[in-house]
Amino acid sequence: MSIILKAENLSKFLEGEIPVTLINNVNIEINSGEFVAITGLSGSGKSSLLYLLGLLDKPSHGNILLEGKNVCKYDDKILADIRLSKIGFIFQFHFLLPEFTALENVCLPMEQLGKLSSSEIVRKSKEILVSLELEQHIHKLPNQLSGGQSQRVAIARALANDPLLILADEPTGNLDSASSKNVQKILRNVATQNGRTVIVVTHDAEFANLADKIIHIIDGKIIS
Amino acid sequence: MQSIAFGASIMKGSENDFKKRLIDNSPHITIVDEYRNPTVQPANLSYKNALVEIKHLKPATENKGIRNYSCIIRYLKTLPGLLSSSVLSGQALINSAGKVLAVNLNGMIPEQIKTVTTIEEYMVMGSVNDLIANHSGIIIGTELARKLSVSLGNNITLTSTKGNVEIFKVIGLFQTGRSSIDSSQAYMDIKKAQSLLSKPNIVNSIIIKITTPYEAEDLGNEIEKHVGYKNISWQENSRDLMNTINIRNKILFTVVSAVLVVAAFGIYNVIFTVVMEKRRDIAILKSVGFYSNQIQYIFVIQGVILGIAGCCLGIPLGCIFIFGLSGIKMKPPGSTGVIQMPVDWGLMQFVIACAFAIIASVLAAYLPARKAAKVEPVEILRGAGA
Repeated sequence: MSIILKAENLSKFLEGEIPVTLINNVNIEINSGEFVAITGLSGSGKSSLLYLLGLLDKPSHGNILLEGKNVCKYDDKILADIRLSKIGFIFQFHFLLPEFTALENVCLPMEQLGKLSSSEIVRKSKEILVSLELEQHIHKLPNQLSGGQSQRVAIARALANDPLLILADEPTGNLDSASSKNVQKILRNVATQNGRTVIVVTHDAEFANLADKIIHIIDGKIIS
Repeated sequence: MQSIAFGASIMKGSENDFKKRLIDNSPHITIVDEYRNPTVQPANLSYKNALVEIKHLKPATENKGIRNYSCIIRYLKTLPGLLSSSVLSGQALINSAGKVLAVNLNGMIPEQIKTVTTIEEYMVMGSVNDLIANHSGIIIGTELARKLSVSLGNNITLTSTKGNVEIFKVIGLFQTGRSSIDSSQAYMDIKKAQSLLSKPNIVNSIIIKITTPYEAEDLGNEIEKHVGYKNISWQENSRDLMNTINIRNKILFTVVSAVLVVAAFGIYNVIFTVVMEKRRDIAILKSVGFYSNQIQYIFVIQGVILGIAGCCLGIPLGCIFIFGLSGIKMKPPGSTGVIQMPVDWGLMQFVIACAFAIIASVLAAYLPARKAAKVEPVEILRGAGA
């Protein structure tokens, strides 16, 4: 397995009257196809680390190497292109666009990428939604879906452009037990069956135990 | 948007109405009995660039006027699309039943004057043609007739500034609706006027109507070069008024623009509120891989849509306002008749109003759109669940 994502001496400080250290000199290597869980207490820096690895935030120090390339030196437009084509995000709250149907939400990243025709985009989006057992809810708006269904649509959206990396920020944090199990299973399968790298931030020890690697973080530092 | 269309309609309408009245009721070109530049005196020709003083100079008394007017009329007849009439104007006192009033006399040839003025249209009693049969006839305004308590067929006495006295019979009454004209103007045969004013074979103006009134200035210059006398076009004659209208238009346009600025602030507020409400969606789009300028574009487009929607609503609303305004009747000061509010239905003012509305919408949307583009997804996503 090759290293797909590497963080070198990664730090993130928030400047202000009282400076805050979110991430402190973190070094990580994540292999292709690996299922990684980041655990830690609230405020320990789990989500901050995930946003840095997902190129949504810029580090104060250190480098992030995606497929061996240092992405920290890229401008916002290139980083947006990388997020679009190589990274899929899943958040604790599904964050679907409320005016768009499930299908339209899934189509959105593919339309932005612009590699497929409209008919191919719709066909592929439906395929992904069907694979996540959402065939009955394709044309529903987010407010017509349950929490678990919405989160599965969010997973479908994250998978839309066949990204190398799926980053999930407490994807089960807002779900009931049954939906939570279902989402855990889906994400595990994404890594196992599709060979994608999945990094999950979670409080849930049971979910973390499904991972190939667990990164425990306290006060912005990796403990194990 | 309807405010601009509405304001532009009034501005353009009143300007067009004013121009139409000027073109219809005034001579397009008037040849007057003076020269644009004073004749260079022999002393000045002999001593160029010198200060010359000639003492005890006694200017000759001459009967001022256009003497060779028949030749000029003949020349004017050779020009295409042009009608002309010679006029001798002067002041006289009108006397009837002990009432004495000053009047402007206009001596003219009835056949010619009808072609270059609208006097015949304003005749309420009698006709200009009656002057052909009755050389001792006079046509006066209704207001003057009322002041003198005279009517058709009555005799009045005219006394010129030279002291000549003649009796004329009122053979026609006209009413233009403008009291300044209706109470001070009188028309008579040119030969009688020349006799009364002691100006035989002299006129003091030749009035010209042309089929292309907006070319009056150029044509006037051309005629002036040929005949030597000063030619005054209707544009030159009313330059001060036209400048006043232009200033009035600018003031009205500024007021209307202020309404547009208020509307633009409204659009700014709408889009700013939308941006605030959609911060989470903007963050999602950015996390998915949308560029900042694409986000900005979305909100600018929203501004354009608001502008277009404003136009779609503003055009019919503006039309209703303009239609309502066109029905208002009023009696302006100095006028004896009732006129309708002049409005203009030209397409251009609606096009300009739409363009202004859309440009204002884009500018108003640009600032909140820029703010939307600067949204940092991490800041929003961190606190979105709270």
